[in-house]
Amino acid sequence: MTDTRITPGRVWKKQPFIANPWLRYGLLLLTLTYLYWAFSTLPFNWERIADGLPRAARIFGGAFPPSFERAGLLWTGFKESFQIAFLATLLGVMLSVPIAVMAAGNIAPKPIYLLGRAIIIISRSFHPVIVAILFVAAVGFGPLAGVLTLTLYSIGFVAKLLAEEIEEIDWGQVEAMRSVGAGYMKTLIYGVFPQVMPRQIGLSMYQLDSNLRASAVVGIVGAGGIGGTLMNAFGRYDYDFAFAILLLIIGVILLSEGISGWVRKKIW
Amino acid sequence: MLEISNLVKRYGHNDPVLKGLDLTVDGSSVVSIVGASGAGKSTMLRCINRLVEPTSGSIRLNGHELVNLRGGELRRARRKIGMVFQGFNLIDRLSVMENVLAGRLGYVSFYQAVTRRFPQTDIDRAFHLMDRVGISHYANKRADQLSGGERQRVAVVRALMQEPEILLADEPTASLDPKTSQQIMGLLQSLASEMSLPVLINIHNVTQARMYTDRIVGMRHGQMIFDGAPKDFNQDALDAIYGGIESPEEEGADSDEGHEAREAVA
Repeated sequence: MTDTRITPGRVWKKQPFIANPWLRYGLLLLTLTYLYWAFSTLPFNWERIADGLPRAARIFGGAFPPSFERAGLLWTGFKESFQIAFLATLLGVMLSVPIAVMAAGNIAPKPIYLLGRAIIIISRSFHPVIVAILFVAAVGFGPLAGVLTLTLYSIGFVAKLLAEEIEEIDWGQVEAMRSVGAGYMKTLIYGVFPQVMPRQIGLSMYQLDSNLRASAVVGIVGAGGIGGTLMNAFGRYDYDFAFAILLLIIGVILLSEGISGWVRKKIW
Repeated sequence: MLEISNLVKRYGHNDPVLKGLDLTVDGSSVVSIVGASGAGKSTMLRCINRLVEPTSGSIRLNGHELVNLRGGELRRARRKIGMVFQGFNLIDRLSVMENVLAGRLGYVSFYQAVTRRFPQTDIDRAFHLMDRVGISHYANKRADQLSGGERQRVAVVRALMQEPEILLADEPTASLDPKTSQQIMGLLQSLASEMSLPVLINIHNVTQARMYTDRIVGMRHGQMIFDGAPKDFNQDALDAIYGGIESPEEEGADSDEGHEAREAVA
Protein backbone atom coordinates (compact mmCIF):
# COMPACT_ATOMS: atom_id res chain seq x y z
CA MET A 1 0.00 0.00 0.00
CA THR A 2 1.22 3.50 -0.79
CA ASP A 3 1.01 6.21 1.80
CA THR A 4 -2.19 8.16 1.09
CA ARG A 5 -1.62 10.96 3.61
CA ILE A 6 -0.94 14.44 2.22
CA THR A 7 2.38 16.00 3.22
CA PRO A 8 1.75 19.75 3.60
CA GLY A 9 4.17 22.60 3.05
CA ARG A 10 6.17 21.34 0.07
CA VAL A 11 7.24 24.33 -2.06
CA TRP A 12 6.76 24.71 -5.81
CA LYS A 13 7.75 27.72 -7.90
CA LYS A 14 7.56 28.24 -11.67
CA GLN A 15 10.95 27.48 -13.22
CA PRO A 16 12.67 30.62 -14.56
CA PHE A 17 12.57 31.01 -18.37
CA ILE A 18 16.39 31.05 -18.53
CA ALA A 19 17.82 28.53 -16.10
CA ASN A 20 21.36 29.93 -15.74
CA PRO A 21 21.20 32.94 -13.34
CA TRP A 22 24.37 34.52 -14.80
CA LEU A 23 22.88 34.43 -18.28
CA ARG A 24 19.49 35.63 -17.00
CA TYR A 25 20.74 38.73 -15.21
CA GLY A 26 23.50 39.32 -17.73
CA LEU A 27 20.95 39.61 -20.57
CA LEU A 28 18.83 41.97 -18.48
CA LEU A 29 21.83 44.21 -17.79
CA LEU A 30 22.83 44.15 -21.45
CA THR A 31 19.34 45.23 -22.56
CA LEU A 32 19.23 48.10 -20.08
CA THR A 33 22.70 49.30 -21.09
CA TYR A 34 21.74 49.20 -24.77
CA LEU A 35 18.53 51.15 -24.18
CA TYR A 36 20.40 53.83 -22.22
CA TRP A 37 23.03 54.09 -24.95
CA ALA A 38 20.45 54.21 -27.76
CA PHE A 39 18.38 56.96 -26.16
CA SER A 40 21.37 59.05 -25.20
CA THR A 41 22.94 58.99 -28.68
CA LEU A 42 19.91 59.27 -31.05
CA PRO A 43 19.46 62.89 -32.13
CA PHE A 44 16.09 63.67 -30.57
CA ASN A 45 15.64 67.42 -30.86
CA TRP A 46 13.36 68.16 -27.92
CA GLU A 47 12.97 71.83 -28.89
CA ARG A 48 11.68 70.97 -32.32
CA ILE A 49 9.34 68.36 -30.89
CA ALA A 50 7.99 70.99 -28.52
CA ASP A 51 7.55 73.40 -31.43
CA GLY A 52 5.77 70.73 -33.43
CA LEU A 53 3.16 69.88 -30.85
CA PRO A 54 1.07 73.07 -31.35
CA ARG A 55 1.32 72.47 -35.09
CA ALA A 56 -0.04 68.96 -34.64
CA ALA A 57 -2.83 70.41 -32.54
CA ARG A 58 -3.59 72.90 -35.35
CA ILE A 59 -3.77 70.06 -37.91
CA PHE A 60 -6.11 67.99 -35.79
CA GLY A 61 -8.12 71.10 -34.98
CA GLY A 62 -8.41 71.90 -38.66
CA ALA A 63 -9.53 68.36 -39.40
CA PHE A 64 -12.74 68.82 -37.43
CA PRO A 65 -15.35 68.58 -38.72
CA PRO A 66 -14.37 66.38 -41.69
CA SER A 67 -15.52 67.87 -44.99
CA PHE A 68 -17.25 65.68 -47.53
CA GLU A 69 -17.91 68.64 -49.85
CA ARG A 70 -15.67 67.48 -52.67
CA ALA A 71 -17.47 64.16 -53.02
CA GLY A 72 -16.61 63.98 -56.73
CA LEU A 73 -12.89 63.97 -55.99
CA LEU A 74 -13.40 61.37 -53.26
CA TRP A 75 -15.33 59.16 -55.63
CA THR A 76 -12.76 59.35 -58.45
CA GLY A 77 -9.95 58.58 -56.02
CA PHE A 78 -11.66 55.57 -54.50
CA LYS A 79 -12.81 54.31 -57.86
CA GLU A 80 -9.24 54.40 -59.14
CA SER A 81 -7.93 52.71 -55.99
CA PHE A 82 -10.47 49.96 -56.33
CA GLN A 83 -9.68 49.50 -60.02
CA ILE A 84 -5.98 49.27 -59.23
CA ALA A 85 -6.57 46.79 -56.41
CA PHE A 86 -8.93 44.62 -58.43
CA LEU A 87 -6.76 44.49 -61.55
CA ALA A 88 -3.61 43.83 -59.51
CA THR A 89 -5.32 41.04 -57.56
CA LEU A 90 -6.55 39.38 -60.74
CA LEU A 91 -3.14 39.57 -62.42
CA GLY A 92 -1.26 38.61 -59.27
CA VAL A 93 -3.47 35.63 -58.49
CA MET A 94 -3.27 34.33 -62.06
CA LEU A 95 0.51 34.66 -62.17
CA SER A 96 0.88 33.19 -58.70
CA VAL A 97 -0.54 29.80 -59.77
CA PRO A 98 2.30 28.78 -62.14
CA ILE A 99 4.88 30.28 -59.79
CA ALA A 100 3.42 28.38 -56.84
CA VAL A 101 3.59 25.14 -58.84
CA MET A 102 7.22 25.90 -59.64
CA ALA A 103 7.95 26.63 -55.99
CA ALA A 104 6.30 23.50 -54.56
CA GLY A 105 9.06 21.08 -53.66
CA ASN A 106 6.95 17.95 -54.02
CA ILE A 107 5.87 18.47 -57.64
CA ALA A 108 8.68 20.56 -59.15
CA PRO A 109 12.18 19.36 -60.07
CA LYS A 110 14.96 20.93 -58.03
CA PRO A 111 16.16 23.65 -60.49
CA ILE A 112 12.60 24.79 -61.22
CA TYR A 113 11.87 24.75 -57.50
CA LEU A 114 14.82 27.02 -56.80
CA LEU A 115 13.77 29.39 -59.57
CA GLY A 116 10.21 29.55 -58.21
CA ARG A 117 11.42 30.19 -54.68
CA ALA A 118 13.78 32.89 -55.97
CA ILE A 119 10.89 34.69 -57.72
CA ILE A 120 8.86 34.58 -54.52
CA ILE A 121 11.73 35.78 -52.35
CA ILE A 122 12.48 38.68 -54.72
CA SER A 123 8.86 39.81 -54.91
CA ARG A 124 8.57 39.63 -51.13
CA SER A 125 11.82 41.32 -50.26
CA PHE A 126 10.69 44.94 -50.72
CA HIS A 127 7.81 46.74 -49.12
CA PRO A 128 5.20 47.84 -51.71
CA VAL A 129 6.04 51.50 -51.10
CA ILE A 130 9.64 50.96 -52.22
CA VAL A 131 8.49 48.95 -55.23
CA ALA A 132 6.00 51.72 -56.05
CA ILE A 133 8.76 54.33 -55.99
CA LEU A 134 10.74 52.20 -58.47
CA PHE A 135 7.74 51.67 -60.77
CA VAL A 136 6.75 55.35 -60.65
CA ALA A 137 10.26 56.15 -61.77
CA ALA A 138 10.06 53.49 -64.51
CA VAL A 139 6.56 54.03 -65.98
CA GLY A 140 5.67 57.47 -64.65
CA PHE A 141 3.02 58.73 -62.24
CA GLY A 142 -0.39 57.12 -62.32
CA PRO A 143 -2.37 53.93 -61.89
CA LEU A 144 -0.12 51.72 -64.09
CA ALA A 145 2.66 52.00 -61.52
CA GLY A 146 0.14 51.09 -58.84
CA VAL A 147 -1.11 48.03 -60.72
CA LEU A 148 2.42 46.76 -61.35
CA THR A 149 3.42 47.29 -57.72
CA LEU A 150 0.45 45.49 -56.26
CA THR A 151 0.69 42.67 -58.81
CA LEU A 152 4.22 41.98 -57.62
CA TYR A 153 3.08 42.26 -54.02
CA SER A 154 0.24 39.77 -54.67
CA ILE A 155 2.55 37.27 -56.38
CA GLY A 156 4.89 37.27 -53.40
CA PHE A 157 2.18 36.59 -50.89
CA VAL A 158 -0.27 34.34 -52.77
CA ALA A 159 2.38 32.22 -54.53
CA LYS A 160 4.24 31.59 -51.28
CA LEU A 161 1.19 30.43 -49.37
CA LEU A 162 -0.20 28.47 -52.32
CA ALA A 163 3.14 26.70 -52.77
CA GLU A 164 3.07 25.70 -49.12
CA GLU A 165 -0.49 24.45 -49.55
CA ILE A 166 0.54 22.37 -52.57
CA GLU A 167 3.37 20.87 -50.55
CA GLU A 168 0.84 19.60 -48.02
CA ILE A 169 -1.65 17.95 -50.36
CA ASP A 170 -2.80 14.35 -50.02
CA TRP A 171 -0.23 12.58 -52.18
CA GLY A 172 -2.50 9.57 -52.72
CA GLN A 173 -4.64 11.49 -55.18
CA VAL A 174 -1.56 12.40 -57.20
CA GLU A 175 -0.46 8.76 -57.17
CA ALA A 176 -3.89 7.67 -58.34
CA MET A 177 -3.72 10.06 -61.30
CA ARG A 178 -0.23 8.84 -62.19
CA SER A 179 -1.40 5.24 -61.96
CA VAL A 180 -4.09 5.80 -64.60
CA GLY A 181 -1.41 7.09 -66.98
CA ALA A 182 -2.08 10.84 -66.71
CA GLY A 183 0.81 13.13 -67.62
CA TYR A 184 2.16 16.02 -65.57
CA MET A 185 -0.40 18.65 -66.62
CA LYS A 186 -3.40 16.34 -66.29
CA THR A 187 -2.15 15.26 -62.87
CA LEU A 188 -1.96 18.93 -61.88
CA ILE A 189 -5.50 19.62 -63.08
CA TYR A 190 -7.06 16.54 -61.49
CA GLY A 191 -4.77 15.53 -58.63
CA VAL A 192 -3.47 18.85 -57.31
CA PHE A 193 -5.67 21.86 -58.13
CA PRO A 194 -8.97 20.53 -56.73
CA GLN A 195 -7.20 20.04 -53.41
CA VAL A 196 -5.88 23.61 -53.19
CA MET A 197 -8.85 25.35 -54.85
CA PRO A 198 -10.67 26.53 -51.70
CA ARG A 199 -7.42 27.79 -50.26
CA GLN A 200 -6.63 29.71 -53.46
CA ILE A 201 -10.04 31.38 -53.50
CA GLY A 202 -9.63 32.33 -49.86
CA LEU A 203 -6.16 33.73 -50.52
CA SER A 204 -7.47 35.74 -53.48
CA MET A 205 -10.20 37.29 -51.36
CA TYR A 206 -7.71 38.12 -48.66
CA GLN A 207 -5.32 39.57 -51.22
CA LEU A 208 -8.03 41.80 -52.75
CA ASP A 209 -8.71 43.17 -49.32
CA SER A 210 -5.01 43.66 -48.66
CA ASN A 211 -4.43 45.29 -52.07
CA LEU A 212 -7.22 47.77 -51.41
CA ARG A 213 -5.42 48.84 -48.26
CA ALA A 214 -2.03 48.93 -49.97
CA SER A 215 -3.37 50.88 -52.97
CA ALA A 216 -4.13 53.78 -50.64
CA VAL A 217 -0.54 53.70 -49.42
CA VAL A 218 1.20 53.42 -52.78
CA GLY A 219 -0.93 56.32 -54.04
CA ILE A 220 1.02 58.55 -51.67
CA VAL A 221 4.21 58.04 -53.68
CA GLY A 222 2.43 58.77 -56.94
CA ALA A 223 1.07 55.41 -58.05
CA GLY A 224 -2.50 56.63 -58.48
CA GLY A 225 -5.65 56.20 -56.44
CA ILE A 226 -6.98 57.69 -53.24
CA GLY A 227 -3.50 57.92 -51.74
CA GLY A 228 -2.68 60.66 -54.25
CA THR A 229 -5.84 62.55 -53.35
CA LEU A 230 -4.91 62.27 -49.68
CA MET A 231 -1.40 63.57 -50.34
CA ASN A 232 -2.74 66.55 -52.29
CA ALA A 233 -5.20 67.37 -49.51
CA PHE A 234 -2.34 67.44 -47.00
CA GLY A 235 -0.22 69.50 -49.37
CA ARG A 236 -2.94 72.15 -49.63
CA TYR A 237 -3.61 72.18 -45.87
CA ASP A 238 -7.15 70.86 -46.50
CA TYR A 239 -7.06 68.93 -43.25
CA ASP A 240 -10.81 68.56 -43.05
CA PHE A 241 -10.89 66.95 -46.50
CA ALA A 242 -7.92 64.72 -45.60
CA PHE A 243 -9.72 63.59 -42.49
CA ALA A 244 -12.79 62.73 -44.55
CA ILE A 245 -10.60 60.61 -46.83
CA LEU A 246 -9.07 58.81 -43.86
CA LEU A 247 -12.50 58.06 -42.42
CA LEU A 248 -13.67 56.68 -45.75
CA ILE A 249 -10.55 54.53 -46.12
CA ILE A 250 -11.23 53.02 -42.69
CA GLY A 251 -14.86 52.43 -43.66
CA VAL A 252 -14.00 50.79 -46.98
CA ILE A 253 -11.33 48.56 -45.41
CA LEU A 254 -13.71 47.41 -42.69
CA LEU A 255 -16.35 46.65 -45.29
CA SER A 256 -14.01 44.72 -47.59
CA GLU A 257 -12.56 42.81 -44.64
CA GLY A 258 -16.04 41.82 -43.59
CA ILE A 259 -17.00 40.68 -47.08
CA SER A 260 -13.79 38.74 -47.70
CA GLY A 261 -14.00 37.09 -44.29
CA TRP A 262 -17.58 36.03 -44.98
CA VAL A 263 -16.71 34.62 -48.41
CA ARG A 264 -13.70 32.71 -47.05
CA LYS A 265 -15.82 31.17 -44.31
CA LYS A 266 -18.46 30.07 -46.82
CA ILE A 267 -15.91 28.37 -49.09
CA TRP A 268 -14.37 25.96 -46.58
CA MET B 1 -0.05 -12.59 -68.29
CA LEU B 2 2.22 -10.95 -65.73
CA GLU B 3 5.75 -12.25 -65.33
CA ILE B 4 7.96 -10.87 -62.59
CA SER B 5 11.46 -12.23 -62.45
CA ASN B 6 14.32 -11.56 -60.07
CA LEU B 7 12.79 -8.27 -58.91
CA VAL B 8 14.99 -6.32 -56.50
CA LYS B 9 14.09 -3.07 -54.79
CA ARG B 10 16.51 -1.32 -52.47
CA TYR B 11 15.87 2.06 -50.80
CA GLY B 12 19.16 3.91 -50.50
CA HIS B 13 21.85 1.73 -48.94
CA ASN B 14 19.50 -0.23 -46.70
CA ASP B 15 18.77 -3.90 -46.95
CA PRO B 16 16.70 -4.61 -50.07
CA VAL B 17 12.94 -4.62 -49.51
CA LEU B 18 12.50 -7.08 -52.36
CA LYS B 19 15.20 -9.71 -52.73
CA GLY B 20 14.94 -11.29 -56.15
CA LEU B 21 11.21 -11.94 -56.40
CA ASP B 22 9.69 -14.24 -59.03
CA LEU B 23 5.96 -14.38 -59.69
CA THR B 24 3.85 -15.36 -62.68
CA VAL B 25 0.14 -14.63 -62.88
CA ASP B 26 -1.85 -15.76 -65.88
CA GLY B 27 -5.41 -15.75 -67.15
CA SER B 28 -8.12 -14.37 -64.94
CA SER B 29 -6.83 -15.65 -61.64
CA VAL B 30 -7.31 -13.69 -58.45
CA VAL B 31 -4.10 -13.79 -56.46
CA SER B 32 -3.84 -12.55 -52.91
CA ILE B 33 -0.51 -11.52 -51.46
CA VAL B 34 -0.23 -11.86 -47.71
CA GLY B 35 2.56 -10.86 -45.38
CA ALA B 36 3.30 -8.64 -42.41
CA SER B 37 3.74 -4.89 -42.79
CA GLY B 38 7.15 -4.23 -44.27
CA ALA B 39 7.38 -7.59 -46.02
CA GLY B 40 7.42 -5.76 -49.37
CA LYS B 41 3.88 -6.48 -50.62
CA SER B 42 3.08 -2.87 -51.33
CA THR B 43 6.49 -2.21 -52.86
CA MET B 44 6.05 -5.15 -55.23
CA LEU B 45 2.63 -3.96 -56.38
CA ARG B 46 3.92 -0.42 -56.89
CA CYS B 47 6.87 -1.66 -58.88
CA ILE B 48 4.46 -3.13 -61.41
CA ASN B 49 2.96 0.24 -62.38
CA ARG B 50 6.21 1.98 -61.50
CA LEU B 51 4.93 4.22 -58.73
CA VAL B 52 8.08 2.77 -57.20
CA GLU B 53 11.20 2.35 -59.33
CA PRO B 54 12.55 -1.20 -59.19
CA THR B 55 16.31 -1.44 -58.58
CA SER B 56 16.73 -4.38 -60.93
CA GLY B 57 14.87 -7.30 -62.42
CA SER B 58 12.18 -7.66 -65.02
CA ILE B 59 8.41 -7.18 -65.06
CA ARG B 60 6.58 -8.18 -68.23
CA LEU B 61 2.89 -7.63 -68.89
CA ASN B 62 1.59 -9.66 -71.84
CA GLY B 63 5.12 -9.79 -73.20
CA HIS B 64 5.92 -6.07 -72.82
CA GLU B 65 8.81 -5.18 -70.53
CA LEU B 66 7.71 -2.50 -67.99
CA VAL B 67 11.02 -1.81 -66.26
CA ASN B 68 13.00 1.05 -67.88
CA LEU B 69 10.00 2.57 -69.67
CA ARG B 70 10.08 6.39 -69.67
CA GLY B 71 7.77 9.33 -70.35
CA GLY B 72 5.01 8.64 -72.84
CA GLU B 73 5.82 4.93 -73.07
CA LEU B 74 5.48 4.57 -69.31
CA ARG B 75 2.16 6.45 -69.31
CA ARG B 76 0.79 4.24 -72.10
CA ALA B 77 1.85 1.16 -70.12
CA ARG B 78 0.20 2.51 -66.96
CA ARG B 79 -3.15 2.91 -68.74
CA LYS B 80 -3.27 -0.86 -69.01
CA ILE B 81 -2.65 -1.39 -65.28
CA GLY B 82 -5.55 -0.49 -63.02
CA MET B 83 -4.85 0.19 -59.38
CA VAL B 84 -7.08 0.36 -56.31
CA PHE B 85 -5.67 1.87 -53.12
CA GLN B 86 -6.22 1.38 -49.42
CA GLY B 87 -7.24 5.02 -48.91
CA PHE B 88 -9.35 5.04 -52.11
CA ASN B 89 -7.40 8.08 -53.37
CA LEU B 90 -10.42 9.66 -55.01
CA ILE B 91 -10.33 13.34 -55.94
CA ASP B 92 -12.50 14.35 -53.00
CA ARG B 93 -13.71 17.67 -54.35
CA LEU B 94 -14.76 16.36 -57.76
CA SER B 95 -17.96 14.50 -58.56
CA VAL B 96 -18.21 10.74 -58.73
CA MET B 97 -18.54 10.93 -62.51
CA GLU B 98 -15.41 13.08 -62.84
CA ASN B 99 -13.55 10.59 -60.69
CA VAL B 100 -14.71 7.70 -62.82
CA LEU B 101 -13.83 9.51 -66.04
CA ALA B 102 -10.40 10.29 -64.58
CA GLY B 103 -9.68 6.65 -65.40
CA ARG B 104 -9.61 7.76 -69.05
CA LEU B 105 -7.01 10.50 -68.52
CA GLY B 106 -4.37 8.40 -70.21
CA TYR B 107 -6.48 8.25 -73.38
CA VAL B 108 -8.03 11.71 -73.81
CA SER B 109 -6.39 14.98 -74.84
CA PHE B 110 -5.44 17.69 -72.36
CA TYR B 111 -8.24 19.91 -73.71
CA GLN B 112 -10.80 17.14 -73.19
CA ALA B 113 -9.49 16.56 -69.68
CA VAL B 114 -9.69 20.22 -68.67
CA THR B 115 -13.13 20.88 -70.18
CA ARG B 116 -14.49 17.45 -69.10
CA ARG B 117 -15.59 16.78 -72.70
CA PHE B 118 -14.97 13.06 -72.62
CA PRO B 119 -15.95 10.95 -75.65
CA GLN B 120 -19.48 9.55 -75.60
CA THR B 121 -18.14 5.97 -75.55
CA ASP B 122 -16.32 6.78 -72.28
CA ILE B 123 -19.48 8.19 -70.72
CA ASP B 124 -21.46 5.13 -71.83
CA ARG B 125 -18.83 2.85 -70.36
CA ALA B 126 -18.80 4.88 -67.15
CA PHE B 127 -22.57 4.56 -66.67
CA HIS B 128 -22.44 0.88 -67.54
CA LEU B 129 -19.73 0.14 -64.97
CA MET B 130 -21.36 2.33 -62.32
CA ASP B 131 -24.60 0.43 -62.87
CA ARG B 132 -22.69 -2.80 -62.48
CA VAL B 133 -21.37 -1.87 -59.02
CA GLY B 134 -24.50 0.05 -58.03
CA ILE B 135 -23.31 3.65 -57.78
CA SER B 136 -24.74 5.31 -60.91
CA HIS B 137 -27.26 7.32 -58.88
CA TYR B 138 -24.30 9.09 -57.25
CA ALA B 139 -22.88 10.33 -60.56
CA ASN B 140 -23.14 14.03 -59.65
CA LYS B 141 -22.42 13.72 -55.96
CA ARG B 142 -19.11 14.90 -54.59
CA ALA B 143 -16.82 11.94 -53.94
CA ASP B 144 -16.20 12.90 -50.31
CA GLN B 145 -19.90 12.59 -49.51
CA LEU B 146 -19.91 8.84 -50.10
CA SER B 147 -19.34 6.14 -47.52
CA GLY B 148 -16.14 4.09 -47.49
CA GLY B 149 -17.55 1.13 -49.37
CA GLU B 150 -19.12 3.36 -52.01
CA ARG B 151 -15.86 5.25 -52.46
CA GLN B 152 -13.96 2.04 -52.99
CA ARG B 153 -16.51 1.07 -55.64
CA VAL B 154 -15.86 4.39 -57.37
CA ALA B 155 -12.15 3.62 -57.23
CA VAL B 156 -12.71 0.17 -58.70
CA VAL B 157 -14.79 1.63 -61.53
CA ARG B 158 -12.11 4.26 -62.17
CA ALA B 159 -9.53 1.50 -62.53
CA LEU B 160 -11.82 -0.50 -64.83
CA MET B 161 -12.39 2.58 -67.00
CA GLN B 162 -8.75 2.22 -68.04
CA GLU B 163 -9.66 -1.02 -69.87
CA PRO B 164 -6.85 -2.59 -67.88
CA GLU B 165 -5.07 -5.82 -68.67
CA ILE B 166 -4.42 -6.36 -64.98
CA LEU B 167 -5.85 -4.96 -61.76
CA LEU B 168 -3.69 -4.23 -58.71
CA ALA B 169 -5.35 -3.74 -55.33
CA ASP B 170 -3.20 -2.46 -52.49
CA GLU B 171 -5.04 -3.47 -49.31
CA PRO B 172 -8.38 -2.42 -50.79
CA THR B 173 -10.38 -3.39 -47.73
CA ALA B 174 -8.10 -2.25 -44.90
CA SER B 175 -10.05 1.00 -44.39
CA LEU B 176 -13.46 -0.66 -44.51
CA ASP B 177 -15.67 -2.37 -41.95
CA PRO B 178 -15.83 -6.20 -42.09
CA LYS B 179 -19.11 -6.42 -43.98
CA THR B 180 -18.22 -3.82 -46.61
CA SER B 181 -14.79 -5.31 -47.05
CA GLN B 182 -16.39 -8.69 -47.84
CA GLN B 183 -18.60 -7.00 -50.43
CA ILE B 184 -15.59 -5.34 -52.06
CA MET B 185 -13.66 -8.64 -52.11
CA GLY B 186 -16.65 -10.39 -53.64
CA LEU B 187 -16.95 -7.62 -56.21
CA LEU B 188 -13.29 -7.89 -57.19
CA GLN B 189 -13.64 -11.65 -57.48
CA SER B 190 -16.70 -11.54 -59.75
CA LEU B 191 -15.36 -8.66 -61.87
CA ALA B 192 -12.18 -10.65 -62.45
CA SER B 193 -14.11 -13.57 -63.89
CA GLU B 194 -16.59 -11.40 -65.84
CA MET B 195 -13.83 -9.45 -67.57
CA SER B 196 -11.29 -12.28 -67.50
CA LEU B 197 -8.93 -9.92 -65.73
CA PRO B 198 -6.03 -11.04 -63.54
CA VAL B 199 -6.22 -9.36 -60.13
CA LEU B 200 -3.43 -9.01 -57.56
CA ILE B 201 -4.64 -8.16 -54.08
CA ASN B 202 -2.45 -7.22 -51.12
CA ILE B 203 -4.40 -8.23 -48.09
CA HIS B 204 -3.97 -8.58 -44.33
CA ASN B 205 -7.11 -10.57 -43.74
CA VAL B 206 -6.11 -14.19 -44.26
CA THR B 207 -9.67 -15.48 -43.93
CA GLN B 208 -10.81 -13.26 -46.78
CA ALA B 209 -7.77 -14.21 -48.82
CA ARG B 210 -8.77 -17.88 -48.45
CA MET B 211 -12.40 -17.17 -49.25
CA TYR B 212 -12.19 -14.90 -52.28
CA THR B 213 -9.02 -15.74 -54.14
CA ASP B 214 -7.74 -18.64 -56.24
CA ARG B 215 -4.16 -18.46 -55.13
CA ILE B 216 -2.26 -17.17 -52.14
CA VAL B 217 1.28 -15.83 -52.23
CA GLY B 218 2.99 -15.39 -48.88
CA MET B 219 5.83 -12.90 -48.49
CA ARG B 220 8.34 -12.29 -45.77
CA HIS B 221 11.41 -10.04 -45.73
CA GLY B 222 11.10 -9.39 -49.46
CA GLN B 223 10.98 -13.03 -50.45
CA MET B 224 8.19 -15.32 -51.47
CA ILE B 225 7.86 -18.14 -48.94
CA PHE B 226 4.49 -19.56 -49.90
CA ASP B 227 2.71 -19.96 -53.21
CA GLY B 228 -0.28 -22.23 -53.52
CA ALA B 229 -4.00 -22.81 -53.38
CA PRO B 230 -6.04 -21.49 -50.42
CA LYS B 231 -6.64 -25.06 -49.21
CA ASP B 232 -2.90 -25.61 -48.81
CA PHE B 233 -2.47 -22.41 -46.80
CA ASN B 234 -2.25 -24.03 -43.36
CA GLN B 235 -1.08 -23.05 -39.90
CA ASP B 236 2.56 -23.75 -40.76
CA ALA B 237 2.43 -21.34 -43.66
CA LEU B 238 0.75 -18.75 -41.47
CA ASP B 239 3.45 -19.10 -38.79
CA ALA B 240 6.18 -18.86 -41.39
CA ILE B 241 4.73 -15.60 -42.73
CA TYR B 242 3.67 -13.81 -39.55
CA GLY B 243 5.63 -15.53 -36.75
CA GLY B 244 8.06 -13.48 -34.64
CA ILE B 245 7.95 -10.25 -36.61
CA GLU B 246 10.33 -7.57 -35.35
CA SER B 247 8.72 -4.15 -35.31
CA PRO B 248 11.72 -1.80 -35.89
CA GLU B 249 12.19 -3.18 -39.37
CA GLU B 250 8.57 -2.39 -40.25
CA GLU B 251 8.96 1.23 -39.31
CA GLY B 252 12.10 1.66 -41.40
CA ALA B 253 10.50 0.17 -44.48
CA ASP B 254 7.36 2.29 -44.15
CA SER B 255 9.08 5.66 -43.89
CA ASP B 256 11.35 4.81 -46.79
CA GLU B 257 8.40 3.97 -48.95
CA GLY B 258 6.74 7.33 -48.33
CA HIS B 259 9.96 9.12 -49.16
CA GLU B 260 10.44 7.20 -52.38
CA ALA B 261 6.88 7.83 -53.50
CA ARG B 262 7.43 11.57 -53.31
CA GLU B 263 10.80 11.40 -54.98
CA ALA B 264 9.66 10.32 -58.41
CA VAL B 265 7.14 12.50 -60.18
CA ALA B 266 6.41 11.43 -63.74
